[in-house]
Amino acid sequence: MNILAKFGAALSLAFAVAVMAPQAQAQVNPTAESVSEEALFQALGTEGVVSGRVSIPDQSAGNLIKPVNKDWAALHGNTVVTLSVIAVVGMLALLTLFYVVRGRIRVDSGLSGRTILRFNSIERFAHWTLASTFIILALSGLNLIIGKSVILPLLGEGAFGTLSAWGKIAHNYLAWPFMVSLALIFLLWVIENIPNKLDVEWIKVGGGLFKKGVHPPAKKFNAGQKVIFWSVILGGAALSYTGFMLLFPGIAGSFTDWQFYQLIHALVAAGLSAIIIAHIYIGSVGMEGAFDAMGSGEVDENWAKEHHALWVEEVKGGKSGSAKGAATPAE
Amino acid sequence: MARMKFLCDADRCIECNACVTACKNEHEVPWGINRRRVVTINDGLPGERSVSMACMHCTDAPCASVCPVDCFYTTDDAVVLHNKDTCIGCGYCSYACPFGAPQYPQTANFGTRGKMDKCTYCSGGPEPDMSQAEYVKYGANRLAEGKLPLCAEMCSTKALLAGDGDIIAEIYRERVVTRGYGSGAWGWRDAYGETVTV
Repeated sequence: MNILAKFGAALSLAFAVAVMAPQAQAQVNPTAESVSEEALFQALGTEGVVSGRVSIPDQSAGNLIKPVNKDWAALHGNTVVTLSVIAVVGMLALLTLFYVVRGRIRVDSGLSGRTILRFNSIERFAHWTLASTFIILALSGLNLIIGKSVILPLLGEGAFGTLSAWGKIAHNYLAWPFMVSLALIFLLWVIENIPNKLDVEWIKVGGGLFKKGVHPPAKKFNAGQKVIFWSVILGGAALSYTGFMLLFPGIAGSFTDWQFYQLIHALVAAGLSAIIIAHIYIGSVGMEGAFDAMGSGEVDENWAKEHHALWVEEVKGGKSGSAKGAATPAE
Repeated sequence: MARMKFLCDADRCIECNACVTACKNEHEVPWGINRRRVVTINDGLPGERSVSMACMHCTDAPCASVCPVDCFYTTDDAVVLHNKDTCIGCGYCSYACPFGAPQYPQTANFGTRGKMDKCTYCSGGPEPDMSQAEYVKYGANRLAEGKLPLCAEMCSTKALLAGDGDIIAEIYRERVVTRGYGSGAWGWRDAYGETVTV
């Protein structure tokens, strides 16, 4: 079978040569037998790059024409910008709507005046390092997406250019404390964020978010907080990896790789920013008593009983006197 | 006003690299940066051709569309220029450019890029024409002096043409008709959305 096919191919090739030869001889013109741009593009298909040899040291300059780069330009210029705006503005609109409908989530049984230590100083330090660097990274990143249509008309080209240049420097440097605190957060909280059966129950009743007086039981972290945790860890890891590659383009590879990393970086950043906006809302104006957990670290006992009933039991059951230093569940 | 374009007649280019050298000298381009380069396709094979390539000053330039700080602008002659004071060296224009035109001096730690540098079609930048400030950042402004880009002006075989797009296309078309062949107006389809048909 195989031999037959080869024989057939050889035969047809010989036939083609025999037919072509006289024609080629008739109109031979050595200078005209050149490569043509059109023929090269046809041979390359849609993904191709026309490249050759250059005599300068930078061998990447040998890539003569890369039409695919325009596809990235269109993708970034239109799709990424649109998706980023939808993610951020959409989340702000949703939260406004939620606030109008549900209002501030109060502690149903009122504040008790007694407090329990929820997050110790190391946890708060890690959280706030991560939070502050993320906010600057997100804002300086968002500036690259919508700055030219929002901030540029307000500031003018000179001031906007200076601001964006500082934003780039901040982005490059603050990425490192962000990555360190991301790793620290992971180590501190991963055990308590492993999903379990309680989370199913919590999700079934919507976490009590949408109905007053509904408080599904939860340990230190409820399912909603676990979603935030894993979004931050996985999204943050993706941002760190792609960001590292963009910071060291030499390690990342070539143009195609940079374009890929840039797209992932921008899309994950938009998604994570939307999630974090919701996180900031529920941790501040959205819920009474929630900010204290990360502010002073001490939460009101009634707040804790409503939102983390099982965790309170664990802390109370395991302690002998004060709640101090018992931030992690005892056994 | 003319619609300025470059056209490299690859059937005439002899890869002497004089355009590259002239450009570097005229604008005192820093080390490691080549605003123009010559690429040889099918090197050493029958039908080998060399093409001199720089910024093509595209219609609807993709670099300008992705620039986060909007530092690009198009002159009345349809030359795509940029403002180095606004540029933050993010590199997006180099991702978007089909011709590898944007270049960056490495200025600091990590892969930090300095201000982008590219072919200005010998027409400087936003500073006053032929001022010292303009020369330091962008090089000579020959267009303001009524001259065309030096690379094309001094090309010994007149392979590299610069000038109004319609005029240089007509010159190229005549050449192709006269000699009976032509490898194409390299990059035109991607830069201007149309190529020179003969």
